[in-house]
Amino acid sequence: MYKYIFRRISLSIPTLIGVSILIFFFMRILPGDVVDAMVTDETGALVFTDAQVESIEESLGLNRPLHIQYLGWMKDVVAGDLGYSFWTKISVGEHVRRRAPMTLEIAVLSLIISWIIGLPVGILAAINRNSLRDYISRGIVILFLAIPSFYAALGFLIFFVLVFTWRPPVEVIFFWQNPIQSLYVALPAAVAIGTGMAAVVARMARSSILEVIREDYVRTAKSKGLTKRTIINRHVLKNALIPVVTISGLQFGNLLSGVIAVEAALSIPGLGVLLAQGLADRDWMIIQNLVLIFAFLFILINLLVDISYSLIDPRIRYD
Amino acid sequence: MKNNYKLLDVKNLRTAFNVEGKDVTVVNDISFNLSPGEIVGLVGESGCGKSVTALSLMGLVPDPPGKILGGEIFLEGKDLLKFSESDMEKVRGKEIGMIFQEPMTSLNPVLTIGKQITEILELHQDMSKEEAINEAIDLLKLVGLTDPELRINDYPHKLSGGQRQRIMIAIALSCKPKILIADEPTTALDVTIQAQILELIQKLSNELGTSVILITHNLGILARYAHKINVMYAGHLIESGTTDEIFYNPKHPYTAGLLNSVPRLDLDPNIELPTIKGEVPNLAEFNEGCIFKTRCPNPTNNCKDGKSEMGLIEVEPGHLVDKCCVNCK
Repeated sequence: MYKYIFRRISLSIPTLIGVSILIFFFMRILPGDVVDAMVTDETGALVFTDAQVESIEESLGLNRPLHIQYLGWMKDVVAGDLGYSFWTKISVGEHVRRRAPMTLEIAVLSLIISWIIGLPVGILAAINRNSLRDYISRGIVILFLAIPSFYAALGFLIFFVLVFTWRPPVEVIFFWQNPIQSLYVALPAAVAIGTGMAAVVARMARSSILEVIREDYVRTAKSKGLTKRTIINRHVLKNALIPVVTISGLQFGNLLSGVIAVEAALSIPGLGVLLAQGLADRDWMIIQNLVLIFAFLFILINLLVDISYSLIDPRIRYD
Repeated sequence: MKNNYKLLDVKNLRTAFNVEGKDVTVVNDISFNLSPGEIVGLVGESGCGKSVTALSLMGLVPDPPGKILGGEIFLEGKDLLKFSESDMEKVRGKEIGMIFQEPMTSLNPVLTIGKQITEILELHQDMSKEEAINEAIDLLKLVGLTDPELRINDYPHKLSGGQRQRIMIAIALSCKPKILIADEPTTALDVTIQAQILELIQKLSNELGTSVILITHNLGILARYAHKINVMYAGHLIESGTTDEIFYNPKHPYTAGLLNSVPRLDLDPNIELPTIKGEVPNLAEFNEGCIFKTRCPNPTNNCKDGKSEMGLIEVEPGHLVDKCCVNCK
């Protein structure tokens, strides 16, 4: 087991290097860099002299050859130093420390919401296959699959404001400071992202359960005289779980992109907003490092997913 | 052991499957019965409706597409077809146990052996967890599994096909049901294991007084283990009688054909085995008359025109044959 985890983590290193190369060069291929953003005003006219531009480039290290810049960045990352924002001069590490807890809270809540909504809906649709309930739940599922999460976020925002006289909070409260207040901030975002994910979970759960229901051992369970409920809970669900867990892990990627838009829509200062701001400012240090962190989290989550298989199915061993 | 009391009495059972919007009757007017302690064989080729008959008895015909159209299934005088789903749940496992063809896939891979046995004991026998575990260990001993105390914590993938079929038998017999339905219990097993499993079923049937419906396409098995044999062809019961009558005095040309096509050690190996000419008719396209008319060696004109009516008649005490083909052999 530990050997397997070690091997998987070693294998993630080339992946991360690939991600870092892609994001590093994409940033530099795209038109407009941080110096352009700094030295021009809104009309695009230069407000600095060439000499000043050069000195800014030099101070940011952007006058060095590309491969030197890349290797320098990598050296810092390995040493645990994520560099400094081009604009604010605050270290990226500090930015992440301040903003990550809120984003993680939203992420975890979204995941929980996607399961507590998605799984029951999937089960109901499967056991009432091709009935009115199935059609209704499938219709709603497709609707939520089609709605982009930031749009859902705006919808929920309006809904909360009008119905519950909810106001978007002006400050961030971390979960360990005041859990209830903190949920007040995170929950609307989590609902907006979680419902879209729930739709995917429900679809996967439905088709997976429909497949398992045809298995011989479910017929055996029926021949024992067990009730439908016991058969689903005890014999079907655990066997149907692996594809659902898998898709949930893969959805972590959607979750991260959803967080960018939803945090912006609800003005929650998390990692998503930081990334969006970084993109607008061409703040390469922030973009590079955040993308690398997101990629690492994605790999980690999916490693956890793979390990969880052996808890679900005793036939799966990692020796 | 044999007496006239009918533990199970199936009358005119009809089960259909909906195929592309059309009801195709795959079990057509089947009647047979079962006395306490008796082993009754149900024989026929693949697709003749043996398994659907068994599932009909259990109330487990997948619906849709399957549906029981009519008939009666009396278990100790009560018609199972009139039972509600929750009443049937008390029959399954408790009054009628069932084992299946595929031991490799019939046990749940994510539950321990112990759990799969104790859950049925807790359900029907009102046992506590500890009582159920002790009973499960006794059951595993009964079906001849080694180290039952260790086995109950194992998952099915650690066991061989023969061991898994023993566990299936333990599950099916755990609540001392009156009837055991064994649907091709040895088809997926090695020949040496086949004999062991059948011996076990016979032994337990004797010890516990359980009646057995043994479904198979292997006549050799029935010759050895069954008291009575029902022969099915394309959804119809075409001949029924004691094992001796069926083997030594078959009346229906299909039964006779089946017996002739069994390879025998005492015959010249250079002579080709006789076969039954023709093919099983497509039930979705079959309209009327004797189901065997396309393969009958001596069809009457009535048969050819599809005017003959099917139905069992008694040719000798306890020996029933479809009336169309009494004289066709």
